[in-house]
Amino acid sequence: MQQSAYCRLNVRELTPYGEANGAQGRFFALRLERPAWTGWNPGQFLMLRPASFGLEIPWARPFGICDMTENCLTCFFQVLGRGTQRMARLKPGDEVSVWGPLGKGFALEPDTPTLLLAGGMGIVPFVGYVKNHPKPENVTVLFGHREPLNCYPADSIGERAQWESAQERAPEDRDRFLSRVRERMGECAGKNGLALACGPLPFLQTVRRFSQEIGARAQLSLENRMACGVGACLGCVAQRAGGASVCACREGPVFWADQIVV
Amino acid sequence: MDISVTLRGQTRDLVLKNPVLTASGTFGNGLEFTPYGDLASLGGIVVKGLSLEPRPGNPCPRIVETVAGMLNAVGLQNDGVEVFCREKLPALPWREVAVIVNIYAASVDEFARLAARLDGEEGVAALEVNVSCPNVAHGGALFGQDPLQAAAVTRAVREAAPRKHVMVKLSPNVTDITSIARAVEDAGADSVSCINTVLGMAVDLPARRPALANVVGGLSGPAIKPVALRCVWQVARAVKIPVIGVGGIVCARDALEFILAGARAVQVGTGSFIRPDCAFSLAAELPAACEQFGVTSLDELRGSLRLD
Repeated sequence: MQQSAYCRLNVRELTPYGEANGAQGRFFALRLERPAWTGWNPGQFLMLRPASFGLEIPWARPFGICDMTENCLTCFFQVLGRGTQRMARLKPGDEVSVWGPLGKGFALEPDTPTLLLAGGMGIVPFVGYVKNHPKPENVTVLFGHREPLNCYPADSIGERAQWESAQERAPEDRDRFLSRVRERMGECAGKNGLALACGPLPFLQTVRRFSQEIGARAQLSLENRMACGVGACLGCVAQRAGGASVCACREGPVFWADQIVV
Repeated sequence: MDISVTLRGQTRDLVLKNPVLTASGTFGNGLEFTPYGDLASLGGIVVKGLSLEPRPGNPCPRIVETVAGMLNAVGLQNDGVEVFCREKLPALPWREVAVIVNIYAASVDEFARLAARLDGEEGVAALEVNVSCPNVAHGGALFGQDPLQAAAVTRAVREAAPRKHVMVKLSPNVTDITSIARAVEDAGADSVSCINTVLGMAVDLPARRPALANVVGGLSGPAIKPVALRCVWQVARAVKIPVIGVGGIVCARDALEFILAGARAVQVGTGSFIRPDCAFSLAAELPAACEQFGVTSLDELRGSLRLD
């Protein structure tokens, strides 16, 4: 029998981010033992469930894979609900269940000018994307965020790819950022480039609209609520442009913008 | 230790290599779970509810996590019986594991047509009749809440699918579950599975909105285990046909508790979301759990609850 895609891993390290800027206890990099995966693609995700959830918190939580090295799997989370609150108390040696890698990741075209559009926590899968890109000189990252920059695992990206970030402190900052997104998407489309987006739903909706207006090739990573991650609970369904229902966990979470309704 | 089970029906028996089945709606068509275990190691696979025609299901949000459980109002989204028979069933290892098809229809006549269509499929071992879905506007729950309606559906399926074991899934959302159980037994059911989800609701206080687009949904998971155990206990004493326990079962000990209360087999539902290998590991761990609790055979354990 093949090896199960389900495994139990020990926590190596839980590293808080953004503490210098008053974000104590809200942003964390979670480093786990490396699972016995044969490979993964940036944009794919995993289901993660600490043993400490017991039966009280039944669902695992989906997280985009941030990075995987020879001995370490990294994901990144922001504390938002009761699951991530409990995850914020993980200690080295604690056990977590993991299944993955799941779904379909981002398109990778080494020689194509590629624009990565990230909103907030949407930066996470792009850490691995930039790191694993064979020609990072073709990659440009545009990152909009509300919290201070050091709350996010963005430090390694600028070392390899062109990098531009903007913090939203007021509503007009967002308008300025989105204008910049449109401008960059236009340049990208002019070079027959590829735009990849990950972030909150309104951000994805805007990127999709821009891609239609400009005629830019774009992919969007959806973040729908899900219980299982494998296509059984039918909680994460999205609508194809033609109307058919698809599970974001199996057919996505990354979709071509012109093929999905957001 | 031999943990094989025969569900002795009034018309058709169902032989299982072990008493561990998956619960409908929590295990897809089975194929979704092949990365997590060997389907042939299970007693049976109950596939996602099928209807005669494809159904789009309810709008999202359709699922919400609750304490020790979850609510769902998926609304029986499925591709319809033809797609299942043409594309899914041939890919399942049905010669090695019992494939049980959960069926849903909006009328007695439609139930009969669906059952007749599946009666001709060699790969289908049994039909599980869904008379208790709480999440669709027309049907489901109504059939399961009225003994006469439940009997009419059971009789229609029984007659339309003479070659199949007919299992009827009972709703806990009734005043007296034993009256429904007796009615479907009298109408020819080979076994009953209990329970379907418990009707529930969650709200988002800050938004002042229901947590589910459908407002209400079916509660499942460890939170409903005591309700399910009570229903199995009551039904097992009320009918002679086998009872399949379902509701919050996540480990071998849970399964043995249901068998102690009178079940012949069990279904793992929301447990498959807690960990995708839940049913596989439960089946693998059952012999050791029997030894741990001094169970010499499942027959010996079944219904041996001491009341003195």
